[in-house]
Amino acid sequence: MPSVLIPTPLRKLTNELDTVQAAGANISELLENLDKAFPGLKNRVCDENGTVRRFVNVYVNGEDIRFLKENATEIKENDEISIVPAIAGG
Amino acid sequence: MRGSLRLPGAGFPIVVKWLKTEPLAGSELVMDKPSPFFSNLKCRECGQLYPKQAIHVCDFDFGPLEADYDYAAIKSVLTRELIESRPKSMWRYRELLPIDGEPSVGMQVGFTPLVKADRLAKALGIRELYIKNDTVNYPTLSFKDRVVSVALSRACELGFKVVACASTGNLANSVAANAASAGLKSYVLIPADLEQGKVLGSLVYGTNVISIHGAYDQVNRLCSEIAGKYGWGFVNVNLRPYYAEGSKTMGFEIAEQLGWQLPQHTVVPMASGSLLTKIHKSYKEFLELGLVEHSPFKIYGAQATGCAPISHAMKRGTDIVKPVPKPDTIAKSLAIGTPADGYYAIHSMKQTGGCAEDCTDEEIVEGIRLLAEYAGIFAETAGGVTVACAKKLIASGQIPAGDSAVLCITGHGLKTQEAINGKCGVPRTINPSLREFEEQVYNPDNASAAAQ
Repeated sequence: MPSVLIPTPLRKLTNELDTVQAAGANISELLENLDKAFPGLKNRVCDENGTVRRFVNVYVNGEDIRFLKENATEIKENDEISIVPAIAGG
Repeated sequence: MRGSLRLPGAGFPIVVKWLKTEPLAGSELVMDKPSPFFSNLKCRECGQLYPKQAIHVCDFDFGPLEADYDYAAIKSVLTRELIESRPKSMWRYRELLPIDGEPSVGMQVGFTPLVKADRLAKALGIRELYIKNDTVNYPTLSFKDRVVSVALSRACELGFKVVACASTGNLANSVAANAASAGLKSYVLIPADLEQGKVLGSLVYGTNVISIHGAYDQVNRLCSEIAGKYGWGFVNVNLRPYYAEGSKTMGFEIAEQLGWQLPQHTVVPMASGSLLTKIHKSYKEFLELGLVEHSPFKIYGAQATGCAPISHAMKRGTDIVKPVPKPDTIAKSLAIGTPADGYYAIHSMKQTGGCAEDCTDEEIVEGIRLLAEYAGIFAETAGGVTVACAKKLIASGQIPAGDSAVLCITGHGLKTQEAINGKCGVPRTINPSLREFEEQVYNPDNASAAAQ
């Protein structure tokens, strides 16, 4: 099952787990399933239209889903999904 | 003097050093208790308030957290005269910076020269031009010393022993140097393809340089994951609300050095977009505090065409910043494909009536040379971007030729020598012979040779 890295701000919803397992053929399904296991999680990651929020980045094996198929990005069995708040740097 | 402070959620007292250094004039109000001026962290999106801990995003909408101040309290104490009475460093504006006690890291940072560059003004075709010259910022020759000074001072207050960053080079240099001077252990994570000057400029301080196979955005993601797992103080992750505020001091200094007035036009390089938004904030804060008079000002953002997500969004007339998957430019310090503050940078430019511009690698090199040959300032590639974009903005009339502008030059050219190596000519080599000198270099009877 794909593993999902949970950022600090969401760990209150995941019993402080930093990594959880979740099924789903694509990002949308995965977020739905995550929300069933950890109620409220999807609303934190996505806005009311189901789009990933402006200040959140979601990666599949290190690739930003904005460069893939966004919420339709397919997920395989051993993929690693990261949910990461946008951060500045330089 | 030492005190202890129990932070909510920390579960143990954090020992905070107060009065480690001599207090600044007028700072007695903030000496031995939490700052009466810096009140909370606040979500920039929904306004939710948070305690002043090592957190950087809103629990509810992931919006960035920002330092929130009691401006009425600041206004009651902060005057031009008080600021002018203090040492010439960025800490002369300390009431507007997010720490509780006295600054403990980077006391000498900032107050870099604002250079009136008449020859460059003529070359670019504008009436008056100033260079805010952070190529000589202390100690690592870039504006990043400002943000690191604040982040590490706050890191010490919060009890961190290990500090770290994701960096395109300049930040790594500054974290390494300032952590070394503060006695903090540090890790700097950088893309593997950085310029040698920036790699060496970190290694020399004895930091742990971790070079990542990947672009900056991938380094950033890894750092966010590390910060979430280990209790390190990442200056641009969990300490970001403190770090980012340091950039305001560049704007404060510009206004003060112009004789307590705002510049008509300010051109700022953009990577994440944070510096531009903070310069905008600095101008607004000075206006709110009555330290400058109201006058029209416009802020412009400059990027390299090979990584111009903010500039391209601005030119498309949208605030939706489309990330650049593979940045391709010699301006590596600006090569952030997913700029976290791009949205806010666009709104700052729009609110002030400014705009964005971008330039090619060839134009960047020309910009570096123009700044060097007409102002005597050797800037890194980001400086070349700023000058090149300013030149285009003036040529297109977006910055009127009859006006006055300030260019923010953020890092020294010795750090990015690869970008111009072989593009500035080569030295002429002769034997130690007067005859050879006169034959090959300077012949007083030959006017054209003398003019060389």
